[in-house]
Amino acid sequence: MRVTKRFVVRSLLSAAAAMAVAGGAWAQGAPIKIGLLATLEGPFAAGGADGMRGAELAVMQRGGTVAGRRIEIIKASSNANPDVAVNAVRKLVEQDKVDIVVGPLSGSEGIAVKNYSKTQPQVTFINGGSGAQATTLVDPSPNFFRFNTEGAQWMVGLGKAAIDKGYKRVMVIAEDYAFPYSQVQGFMAEFCRLGGKVPVKAWVPLGGKDYASTIARIPKDVDALLVVLGGADAVNFLNQYEAAGGDKPMMGGSITVSQDVLNYRGKRRDSLVGTISAGPLADSFDGADWRAFVADYKKNFPVDKGGFPSPSLFALVYYTNMKAALDGLDAVRGDLANNHARYRDSLSKLELKMPTGTVRLDSNRQAIGTTFVTEVVKDSKGELTTRVLRKVDNVEQLLGIPRDQFKIGTRDEPSCP
Amino acid sequence: MSAAYWRRAMNTGLAAAARPLPLPRAGVAAPVAAAAVDPYADSDAPRWLRFLWRHLAARHVFVLAFVLAFPFVATSFFTFQIAAQSLALGLIALSLTFLGGYGGMVSLAQMTVAGIAGYVVSILGASATEVSLGWPWWAAVPFALAIATACATLIGWLSVRTEGIYTIMITLAIGVAFYYLALQNYSLFNGFQGFQKVYPPTLLGVDWRSPMPFYFLCLALSLAGYLWVKWLVRSPFGIALQGVRDNPRRMAALGFHVTAHRVAAYAVAGLIAAVGGVLFTWYNGLISPNSVGTGWLINVLVIAVLGGMRHPIGAFLGAVVFVLLQTFAIDIIDRERFNLVIGVVFLAIVLFSPDGLLGLWAKLRSRFGPQQALTSPTPRRQA
Repeated sequence: MRVTKRFVVRSLLSAAAAMAVAGGAWAQGAPIKIGLLATLEGPFAAGGADGMRGAELAVMQRGGTVAGRRIEIIKASSNANPDVAVNAVRKLVEQDKVDIVVGPLSGSEGIAVKNYSKTQPQVTFINGGSGAQATTLVDPSPNFFRFNTEGAQWMVGLGKAAIDKGYKRVMVIAEDYAFPYSQVQGFMAEFCRLGGKVPVKAWVPLGGKDYASTIARIPKDVDALLVVLGGADAVNFLNQYEAAGGDKPMMGGSITVSQDVLNYRGKRRDSLVGTISAGPLADSFDGADWRAFVADYKKNFPVDKGGFPSPSLFALVYYTNMKAALDGLDAVRGDLANNHARYRDSLSKLELKMPTGTVRLDSNRQAIGTTFVTEVVKDSKGELTTRVLRKVDNVEQLLGIPRDQFKIGTRDEPSCP
Repeated sequence: MSAAYWRRAMNTGLAAAARPLPLPRAGVAAPVAAAAVDPYADSDAPRWLRFLWRHLAARHVFVLAFVLAFPFVATSFFTFQIAAQSLALGLIALSLTFLGGYGGMVSLAQMTVAGIAGYVVSILGASATEVSLGWPWWAAVPFALAIATACATLIGWLSVRTEGIYTIMITLAIGVAFYYLALQNYSLFNGFQGFQKVYPPTLLGVDWRSPMPFYFLCLALSLAGYLWVKWLVRSPFGIALQGVRDNPRRMAALGFHVTAHRVAAYAVAGLIAAVGGVLFTWYNGLISPNSVGTGWLINVLVIAVLGGMRHPIGAFLGAVVFVLLQTFAIDIIDRERFNLVIGVVFLAIVLFSPDGLLGLWAKLRSRFGPQQALTSPTPRRQA
C-alpha cells in the first residue's frame, strides 16, 4: 500500500517534469525572430545596454515590421565571457528558434560565437559590437556577417594625427585581450610607418582595479600615452594616474573616449580635454544623416529614461548591424528559404547607407567603412564632447598591408621599440 | 572498534529485515523473489544480483529510466545545454558535497581543481591555440586527471590543518591565486584568451560533442562518480572520515590518522572534480581564466548548498536548478534585472530549507508520507 502511494506521487512529479521539458519546443510562427545578444552584466554593462538601445532604434525606425512580417526581438545577456555568450546564443538558436542572431558585444565572444555559427548553418549570424580581427580574418564562417568595422580599422588615422601633434615616442597601456591588440595594431601600423616609436607596451588585466604598477612603469622620455581601456576601467586609470601626479598627454582607444568616460563626473575631468582618439563615430560630426540619427536616438531614449546624451559607439555598431539585418530582409521581401540563401546573398552585396557613411562587405563578410579621428573638447554647456579632426573613408581590414604579410595583432605584433 | 568492525555490526543487524519490500520487477526478480524475506538466506543468486536486490528501490529504477529516456524525448538543446551541463557541473559540486558533507571540510578550490584538469587537457591536447601540444585524448586526459588530483592533494595537504572558516579562506586564496596565474601567464595558460575549440574526440565513429553522445558520456561518468561516493562513504575509509568529521580528537585517540584521512578525502574529491572539469571544458569547448574566477568558485558552493550537502544526489539536483535559472531567468523578468530572480530563488531555498532541496524534499516526505527522511548519510538505510 505504502509502496503504491509512493510510486504514484513520484510518477506525478516525473510526469510534470517531462511536460515542462516538452513544453519548451514551440512551433515557429509568422513573425521573423531576431535574437539580440549584448553584455548586460560585467565590465561592459553600460555599453551593452546602449547597444540594445541602438538595435531597438533600428527596429523602431521600421515600425517593428519588415516586408509585412512582424519582427520579434528576443534578448539575451552575457558578461563579456565567451562561454556565457555561447550559452546565451545557443539558447536563442536552439530553444527560442530565432532566424537571425545579432550579437555579441566583445572580442572573445565574437570568436566563440563565430565558431558556434558553423554548427548552425540554418541561422544567419550578424555581429553586434565585437571587434576581434580573427573573427572574420581567420577561418571565417559562411553565415557570420560583420557590418561594423573592427578594432584595428577604428584606429586608422590616429597614427598620423599623433605625428602631427608632435608625439614621437608613445607608451601603450591596454587591456590584455584580442580587441585591444587589434586597436594597438591599427595605431602602430600607421604610427611606426611614419617613424614613431613605441618603447613600452603595458598589458593590464581586463577589469583590473589597481594600475599603480603600470603607472610606475611609464618612462620619463615618452611624449604621450595611448590608453586602450574600456568603460569603468578607463575611469579607474584616469583617477589613479592623476592622483599619482601624471601629466603626459593622452590618446584614447575607440572605447576609451566613449560617452561612458565623457559622462564621468570626477574632479579632474577637464584633463581629458585635448585627448585625441579614433573610432567609427564622432559626436560632433556634421553630416545631416548623423544629426538625424542622433536626434532620433535622443527622442526615443532621453537622458531621464537612461539614455546617453549622445549615442555611444555600442549604440552605433548595434544600430548598424541591426539595420543591415533588416535592410537585407527588406531587399529579399523576407524570403528566408533555402537556408537563407537569397538573404545572405543580398547581405553580401548590400550598400548600407549609414549615418556615418556607406558600408559594404569584403570577401570575408567584413565591413569596409569610415573612421573618424577626433579630439575631446568642452562645449558651451560645459559638457565634454568630441570634435572631428579628420574623416577617413573606405578603411579596409588589412590596413593597406598585403594579405601575405599581414599578421593579426598580438602582444608582440607589431613592434617598433 | 575498527571501522570495518563497526560496518559489519551495522550491516548484519535488523536493517535488511526491517526494510520494506521493493517493487517486484521482471528481469531481476526471478531467482530471488520466492524467498525474498531475507536476501542473505538465498545463496543461489549471484552476489551482484543480491546486492542489487537489496539496494535497488523504486525511486532508483524510476530516476534511471528517466535519465536514460530523457535525450530521446527532450530537444537537443535541453539534452546538451541543460542536462549535460548540469551533469558536468553536478560532478564538480559532488566533489564539494563529498568533502563538505562527509569530511566536514568546505573547500572553495574545487572549481580550481576542475579548472586545472580543463587547462591541462587544453594545453596537452588539441585546441585552436599555438600553445597546445596536440597530444591524443588518451594521453592528455589521464595526465589531466593525474595532475589535477595531485594538485587537489597538495591543496588538501595545505589546508587540512585548518578548521571551518579558515579552510574556506585558504582554499579561496588558492583559487584566486590560480585565477590570476591563468590570467597573467601567457607561455602556458595563454592569458585572458585561454583556449578555444577544446572538444572531446571523435571515437568509434561517434562525435562525442554532439548532444546525445555527450549527454550519455556525462551521464555515465556522473553515475560512476555518484556510485563511487555512495560506496566510499560505506567503506571503512568513509566511515572513519565521517568519524573524523564528527569528532577528530576522539578518532585520533582511537588510533586513526586524522590528517591522512582528510588529505585522502581531498584526493578523492580532486579526482571527481577533475573528471567534471574535463567534461565542463569539453561542454564549453573552451577554457579561459573566467572559468576559474571567483564567480565560479562560489557558484560551485551555491550549487552544493542549493541541492543539499547531506547526500550525493543533492549536487546534481542543485546543478539542475542552477542551470535552469541561469538559462531561463532572463525570460521571466526584465532583461536588466534577471540576476535578481536567481538571487531571490537561492535566498528562498536556503532560508526555508537549510538543507537545500534535499531538506525540502525531506520535509515534504515527513508531512505527506510516513517514511523516514531521505537525507541522513550515517544511518544504515542509505545504501
